[in-house]
Amino acid sequence: MSPAGVQNRLDKDRLEVGIKHKSYRAASGGSLHVLGELAFSLSAGEVAALVGPSGCGKTTLLRILAGLDRDFEGSVKLPAHGTLGMVFQEPRLLPWRTVEQNVRLAAPRATDSALDALFQTLGLTAHRALYPGELSLGLARRVALARAFAVEPDLLLLDEPFVSLDDALAARLREELAELVNRRPITTLLVTHNVDEAIGLADRLLLLSASPARVLAEMPVKRPRTVQAPEELAAMHDEIARRINQAHL
Amino acid sequence: MNLALRLVSLVLFIAAWYAGSQLAGPRLLPDPQTVALAIVNEARSGALAFNLGVTLARVAVAFFIAMLIGAAIGLIMGRSRVADRLGDPWLIVLLNLPALVIIVLAYVWAGLTETAAILAVALNKLPIATVTVREGARSLDRALDDMAQVFRMGTWTRMRHVVIPQLAPYMAAAARSGLSLVWKIVLIVELLGRPNGVGFEIGVAFQLFDVTRILAYALAFIAVMLAIETLLVQPLERHVARWRPKPA
Repeated sequence: MSPAGVQNRLDKDRLEVGIKHKSYRAASGGSLHVLGELAFSLSAGEVAALVGPSGCGKTTLLRILAGLDRDFEGSVKLPAHGTLGMVFQEPRLLPWRTVEQNVRLAAPRATDSALDALFQTLGLTAHRALYPGELSLGLARRVALARAFAVEPDLLLLDEPFVSLDDALAARLREELAELVNRRPITTLLVTHNVDEAIGLADRLLLLSASPARVLAEMPVKRPRTVQAPEELAAMHDEIARRINQAHL
Repeated sequence: MNLALRLVSLVLFIAAWYAGSQLAGPRLLPDPQTVALAIVNEARSGALAFNLGVTLARVAVAFFIAMLIGAAIGLIMGRSRVADRLGDPWLIVLLNLPALVIIVLAYVWAGLTETAAILAVALNKLPIATVTVREGARSLDRALDDMAQVFRMGTWTRMRHVVIPQLAPYMAAAARSGLSLVWKIVLIVELLGRPNGVGFEIGVAFQLFDVTRILAYALAFIAVMLAIETLLVQPLERHVARWRPKPA
């Protein structure tokens, strides 16, 4: 392939976000300005974390990227075929279908061996035939992860996927997620207000301001993260926390 | 224990019936033995099976037409405000139109035909199915809808695995109340304009003042509906609810 061809393919696989304005009509009649000028892009296989104060419009942004909300000014270009995998804040499983059926319904083309491997990694092999009502929240979130990975997405959207889990469990799930992302690079956008989670998973952090949200700063995370000194990580954490607090004021 | 109570209830019923027939006389209320004998006689001649079969077929066809169309309209009205506004007055008219008016008009307009009979029954049942399913469609979970859209599920997959399971309790409620309503109306339709079926037989018996025969057919038909309830409706409900966590 010619260099231009490679460049073309890379461009095609980028996520380009250029939102100019998004507001909601409030129940009281006025309008609520949620997103301001918000522009960033992700290259193929890159993992970025959106970090910002709660209520700053992160979920709104994800809904726009997922095509669930088309009422905004600006443009969004999804990578390649635009196959999406998404993990919502709640697991959002179909309670009347088993774990395996939930995954297969979202990913009808997934092969048996791919699903076996996925269930193995996420520790779900023993739970394939259970209904979501029989699962703990931690297991249900794993199923939601399995479903998002099973579709082999061009873009993976994670909306605070580990919120309301205890710290130990959240850390374990984070490791499993990192393992899945490392196995086959997927362009990923992670929304979180947990700074450690962002540093632990992302190549790059995008700090958002309070509503109406715009990008305050971009910070690369050095890789591989595992060999970074703890002091270095702590310093980074403090730096980010400081900036977020500034954004709050 | 449960079974014993049911048996006690049945024995009490038969005893009360027997006492009633002693008081009122066999012409007004024949005793249980006489009615049982009449059922056996009708069964031997083949008339019972034929009439039950004919009536049951009408119940089934009218029921499925009403459920299918009623549920479809209910789903559309529950999801679209425009359709709801457009359809609501029609629904109120149909709900409040007496069954008898629909039956008589159907026979006048379409003649004393099978089509008219079934149409009249279905039209009586349809608005109730619509109203019930509309309620269900209004409470569909938006979050699951979003999930289905993000994962690009096809229309059929969404209907079968996302929408219909949410509507199932409402459909079950509509089916329950619908089945008993439909068979009562089918009997009236048969009485007024069909040459066979349980309703027709009861009409003939009424003209001859043959209370034994009226009771024989009524009891036989109730038995059939009870069998449908226990052998068909309840297992179906259990299957649909299999995913619900069992109470400990």
